[in-house]
Amino acid sequence: MTKRNPDYDFKWCPGCGDFGVVRAVELALADRVTRLGEPIENTVVVAGIGCSGNLVHLQEGPQPFGIHGIHGRTLPIAYGVKAARPELNVLVAAGDGDFLSIGAEHIGPAAKRNMDVTCVVMDNGIYGLTKGQASPTSAFEAVTPTTPLGKLDDAMNPLELFLALGVNYIASMLSTRPRDLAATIGEAMEYPGFAIVHVQSPCTTYNDTYAALKGNPKQGIEPAAYPLPEDHDPTNREQAMAHATSGRIPVGLLFRAPESIPMYQRLTGARERAGQREAPDVEALLSTLEI
Amino acid sequence: MATDLVVRFAGEGGQGVVTAAEGLAQAAARVGYHVQTFSTFPSQIKGGPTWAQTRISTRPVLAAGDQLDVLVVLNRYAYDHHIEECRDDGIVVYNSGDFEIEDGNRCIGMEVDRLARETGNPLAANMVMIGAVAALAGMPAEYFTDFIRERFTRGRANDAVIIEGNIKALDLGMDTVQETGLTVAGLDSPPLTEGPRVLMRGYEAASLGAIASGLDVFVGYPISPATTMLTFMERYLTGDGSYVGQSSSEIESITALIGAGFAGKRAMTSTAGPGLSLMSEGLGLAWMAEIPLVVVNVQRGGPSTGLPTKTEQSDLLTALNPGHGDLRIPIIAPGSVEECFYAAAHAINWAERYQGPVILLSEASVAERQQDVPRPPLSSIRPESRVTVNGSEAIDGDGPPRRYRGEQLTPFPVPGGPGAYVANGSEHDEYGDTTHLPKWHLQMTHRRFGKLALLEEDLFESEGTEAQIALMPWGGSKGPSRAAYLALRDRGDLAWYFTMFLNPLPPALLEELRAKELVLVPELNYLGQFAGLLRQQGVRAEAITQYTGLPFKERFLTERIRERLEARTGELVRV
Ligand SMILES: Cc1ncc(C[n+]2csc(CCOP(=O)(O)OP(=O)(O)O)c2C)c(N)n1
Ligand code: SF4
Repeated sequence: MTKRNPDYDFKWCPGCGDFGVVRAVELALADRVTRLGEPIENTVVVAGIGCSGNLVHLQEGPQPFGIHGIHGRTLPIAYGVKAARPELNVLVAAGDGDFLSIGAEHIGPAAKRNMDVTCVVMDNGIYGLTKGQASPTSAFEAVTPTTPLGKLDDAMNPLELFLALGVNYIASMLSTRPRDLAATIGEAMEYPGFAIVHVQSPCTTYNDTYAALKGNPKQGIEPAAYPLPEDHDPTNREQAMAHATSGRIPVGLLFRAPESIPMYQRLTGARERAGQREAPDVEALLSTLEI
Repeated sequence: MATDLVVRFAGEGGQGVVTAAEGLAQAAARVGYHVQTFSTFPSQIKGGPTWAQTRISTRPVLAAGDQLDVLVVLNRYAYDHHIEECRDDGIVVYNSGDFEIEDGNRCIGMEVDRLARETGNPLAANMVMIGAVAALAGMPAEYFTDFIRERFTRGRANDAVIIEGNIKALDLGMDTVQETGLTVAGLDSPPLTEGPRVLMRGYEAASLGAIASGLDVFVGYPISPATTMLTFMERYLTGDGSYVGQSSSEIESITALIGAGFAGKRAMTSTAGPGLSLMSEGLGLAWMAEIPLVVVNVQRGGPSTGLPTKTEQSDLLTALNPGHGDLRIPIIAPGSVEECFYAAAHAINWAERYQGPVILLSEASVAERQQDVPRPPLSSIRPESRVTVNGSEAIDGDGPPRRYRGEQLTPFPVPGGPGAYVANGSEHDEYGDTTHLPKWHLQMTHRRFGKLALLEEDLFESEGTEAQIALMPWGGSKGPSRAAYLALRDRGDLAWYFTMFLNPLPPALLEELRAKELVLVPELNYLGQFAGLLRQQGVRAEAITQYTGLPFKERFLTERIRERLEARTGELVRV
């Protein structure tokens, strides 16, 4: 929206990983429009608070609907959208602080409801917007303004957490590969259930991890990220857990539950069985209370 | 003969005191009396001192009644704690299976549990108690036998056995009393009421009003005394296109409502104090991003966990300003069970009309009591729908429609249709994009407050308006205040006002109140919250407060108001 709107006064730093993510989201949504013939207005992007959440204002081209709400509450807002209008395509965009710290309480319920929403988590291992404090995914002993002695808490492993919470679709991706990322986001949006695309999206200003992710053989730096092997079976939870806890960052589709009945189908199914597909008849209800 | 019968049943939770009070009310309503119940219990699942009261009257019941004609007590503790409220000529029925009252000449001992067991149905203890009350007040047995038959005909194999057991229990209770020859003043025969009537609780009325007004989505988290609305909705808000769900916290409830309201649906939640506090940030977002939704806050005693099962009116300031920053949430506070129905329908309409959050401010005693009310005609409910963007507005000369254009309400773009924008909790421009420019914060602030004018409606009650001193309760204090007003009306020096629209107040009402020398505001809180708000708006208002966890008594209020009227030459409130 920036192009048409000069008053919008937020900018990402040069080189920020989020540029790759917004590009991927644009590609995935455009592809969805052409492939499925679904109007862009059918998509709602629910954004968190952080540098990352500004993605919702920075998409070029035809615009989806957006909600830029409060810190940590993307998932329950998305829950409400889906509860009200199951036919809408809902995409969550949030930072690691937003999704995994203040908003972490919502991941479990969202996974258990299996709400049909795709989350793009932009993990830069730091709080960007508030200027570089430690986040749950910051490394153990990382020195930041809030951890001058080095971070005393262990780093959270989000992929392990998602698996443990029963998230049905989990991909681990890189912001440096927008086309791959777009394809994965596209697949996740078509998956009938709760999907998380966890993206390493480095913060050039406070936590530049580009080199660490990619590695540098000359300097003897092993790449932290590695592609999931060809023979990885994403329907196999044990294999997925082994990669999630390998100590490095697997890239690709980590887990996809073969069976997935989304929230809305569960409700209509239960109502069908209970004979409750009809709207309430207030006159009849009042009659049951009549004296 | 008497116009009213006030009966209290007191004992332990689980001894059937609430079912006895409600059964008595239901049977009396069935034969045409006006009734109201009130019950109160501690926050525990089994046991604990519990009492429930029924007032039966030939006139519409305003309050639960101060003085007991009959007190039924199941243990010594209950006797000791309630006997003071029994009239001098009242009668005590006590459970002589549990304790003895030595010096009582207007006391009837009854082995309630043994009598119940004699019927073969130990659960029929409440019917033994009802029988005793019926005999005391000279109410014929048929009132109750017909009621028992109706109530227990449930199409099960043992219906007949249960009905027989309950009728036997009723007879045993009646016989025990009749042997003593004691009575209270007999009730006049039931009045002739016009039109169909329903017996319902406040939360049922509010739920039905909301459904009648087109509610689509309800999300809630259990909390006393608001859970009943969630469970009602889980059962009855059915049908494709609607959604009901239990959230994982009130933070989730309010933000889910934001998603649902944004998506174009009418959305509601119910909660109480602690939950309202958790909704603080979300309500601010709804105000800022202009999302229609309704929060039903059923007040209990506060702060913190407070008095979870008791009644209070102490959330008014929080409801008005639940979050940080400049905001003021519209509030509707029903004063009776009947008003709950219309208030809920109105709250949904308000949210749709001004495109923002509305709080329905109820309270434990109103939500939970049972009362007979005229059956609300559905034709009186006119569901409103928000003005939405349609295809033609989409091309408005210079580009797409803008959600937040100007300082007036603008059409609401519904996802799936034209007018895509960002609903933004950060300050924004007309597209919903974040901005820090002063001109936008000015414009949007004016816009958000300006829309409240759409909710100004001159709907209020008034009587005796020539008087210079006025009585204006709010919410559930209406009933006892009205009773006090009726007791004092003939003096001619007291005016009556009531509205359920607390924010914005009806402008004509505010004007009348500002012209009064003194406005007395009975309210169940320490701070005198509503009186304070009225003073801010230029009204010489003074609160009459109570904070016991119980509703006002009519006599207490009558006396307090009388004192104030008689001291009127003394100092008055300066604004
Ligand atoms: C309730 C609340 N607490 C704190 C903040 C301040 N705050 C804004 S963004 C943010 C963290 C951002 O980190 P992250 O979610 O990782 O996003 P990033 O900026 O790194 O993209 C915080 C703490 C807030 N907006 N709201
Ligand atoms: S601070 Fe970091 S995360 Fe934020 S815009 Fe700059 S580079 Fe991106």
